[in-house]
Amino acid sequence: MTSPLLELRSIDTYYGNIQALYGVDITVNEGEIITLIGANGAGKSTTLMSICGVTPPRRGQVVFQGTDITRTPAETIVAMGICQVPEGRLIFPGLTVSENLDMGAFLRNDKDGVRQDMERVYQLFPILAERRRQAGGTLSGGEQQMLAIGRALMARPKVLLLDEPSMGLAPLVVRQIFDIIKQINKEQGTTIFLVEQNANLALKIGHRGYVMENGVITMADRCEKLLADDSVKKAYLGL
Amino acid sequence: MGRPDWSQGAGGGPFPGIYFKRVGTMDYFLELFFGGLTRGSIYALIALGYTMVYGIIELINFAHGEIYMIGAFTGLIVAGVLGTLGFPMLGILFVALACAVIWSAAYGYTVEKIAYKPLRNAPRLSPLISAIGMSIFLQNYVLLAQTSDFLPFPKLTPDFAFMEPLRSFVSTSELFIIGSTLLVCVALTLFIKYTRLGKAMRATAQNRKMAMLVGVKVDKVISATFVIGSALAAVGGVLIASHIGQINFYFGFIAGVKAFTAAVLGGIGSVPGAMLGGLILGWTEAFATGYVSSDYEDVFAFALLVLILIFRPEGILGKDSTQKV
Ligand SMILES: Nc1ncnc2c1ncn2[C@@H]1O[C@H](COP(=O)(O)OP(=O)(O)OP(=O)(O)O)[C@@H](O)[C@H]1O
Ligand SMILES: [Mg+2]
Repeated sequence: MTSPLLELRSIDTYYGNIQALYGVDITVNEGEIITLIGANGAGKSTTLMSICGVTPPRRGQVVFQGTDITRTPAETIVAMGICQVPEGRLIFPGLTVSENLDMGAFLRNDKDGVRQDMERVYQLFPILAERRRQAGGTLSGGEQQMLAIGRALMARPKVLLLDEPSMGLAPLVVRQIFDIIKQINKEQGTTIFLVEQNANLALKIGHRGYVMENGVITMADRCEKLLADDSVKKAYLGL
Repeated sequence: MGRPDWSQGAGGGPFPGIYFKRVGTMDYFLELFFGGLTRGSIYALIALGYTMVYGIIELINFAHGEIYMIGAFTGLIVAGVLGTLGFPMLGILFVALACAVIWSAAYGYTVEKIAYKPLRNAPRLSPLISAIGMSIFLQNYVLLAQTSDFLPFPKLTPDFAFMEPLRSFVSTSELFIIGSTLLVCVALTLFIKYTRLGKAMRATAQNRKMAMLVGVKVDKVISATFVIGSALAAVGGVLIASHIGQINFYFGFIAGVKAFTAAVLGGIGSVPGAMLGGLILGWTEAFATGYVSSDYEDVFAFALLVLILIFRPEGILGKDSTQKV
């Protein structure tokens, strides 16, 4: 087996004096879809922000392609190929759709490549092409989620971190978004780290999964196993 | 009946020259129009600094008026030295402007680093208090380093011969101020729209966390915002000082308050709003003092502010708080 692409080694993350993560260990291999599920306030978003350098862990290590990035500034982490589609999408409301996509490529200098990638995003999400001159803030929730994913793709990520992409969306749109996520993983080989409350869907598209409770990883297994697990069924699948 | 000088704080304004024209004539109207435009230009130049900083870090930078004052003092010192060396007038103007811009920008940068950056995650009141402290500190520092008296400021704009027919209602220095402001506003708008740093500033203003997540160095963007805002204020400070002919340490205070009013009027956080707010405030003051009474000048400005806050608290071009620059 090759060494993992991204590894969290026993990280502890704090907000001021409040500890949010306790010794979190997560391994992400190249090409995988990793799923992290957990209840509200479990620490899922904090885990992603710890990887991205927005809330660096106080203890433990984040290792990407063999390099310790625990204290690396956020912009350097993006440049290395870790991109996040954050919870709530965080579209730049006053920028147009194409300007939002352009911001995703903020650290890139290859103008032609950026233009090509923008076309690819428009092919992936044709609705965005129609709305390219419209302000991001005027899009519907589903369109904003597509824009947020497209914006992250503009950085040509090696790992795409997705924080609750299904939040607040109609089932049909959720299905559509999850299909695209699968497609990005299959066709472009992009590694996916998916955080979800919609455990059923997430465990169905993921390869391996983690369960988080109160800042602690309580379970880690292949997704089919987690789907079949009684305690997971009871707590997260409502069965 | 003499008019109080703008720089003394209580009002008056950049209206040198002839005041006692026949009310109701076209000349009188045009004089008020250009006087208001001049004053509005200066308000706009200062208001841009308030609005950009507020747009990015939601802080009212109370020390901004002092940065403008320091710009004028820098211009005064440079103009004094170059004047004794016998430089031509326009040369002095450009060197004085350049030095003022650099020096004020350095002050703006430093103020942010020492007074605001350490408080970035503190409760919102803390940086506000720090800003007021900075304002008082800078005023007193200039008071001690210079003097409390008004210092004469040399006229740095030559009177062009072709201006002769217009002299009855607009002066060369007014045209200089209006022209420079127009130039600066166009340049700033293009800068924000098309440059990398400009885009980073817009993104940071709209969502700082997301800006970080796409790779914007947010600290650098914040510093750049202070530098640009301070530079614009310095341009305004030198031009208006040359226009009215005298400055003192208190010169930035009322101008700062008025410019802040202009920023709120236009919609704090909005760049075009600051420009528009400055012009509206300048014209309101000019026409109200010209046609109604010059005794209540500040009353007009603040009455306008109160009306706006009651009927359109987000300002003329302001949007809700999620949508700023
Ligand atoms: N900015 C913050 N300041 C202080 N505490 C925070 C902050 N953000 C999150 N927390 C706390 O950290 C813990 C983990 O929060 P986090 O947002 O990571 O949970 P989550 O699993 O993403 O929840 P959700 O499913 O609701 O998004 C929570 O107890 C939360 O209150
Ligand atoms: Mg979350």
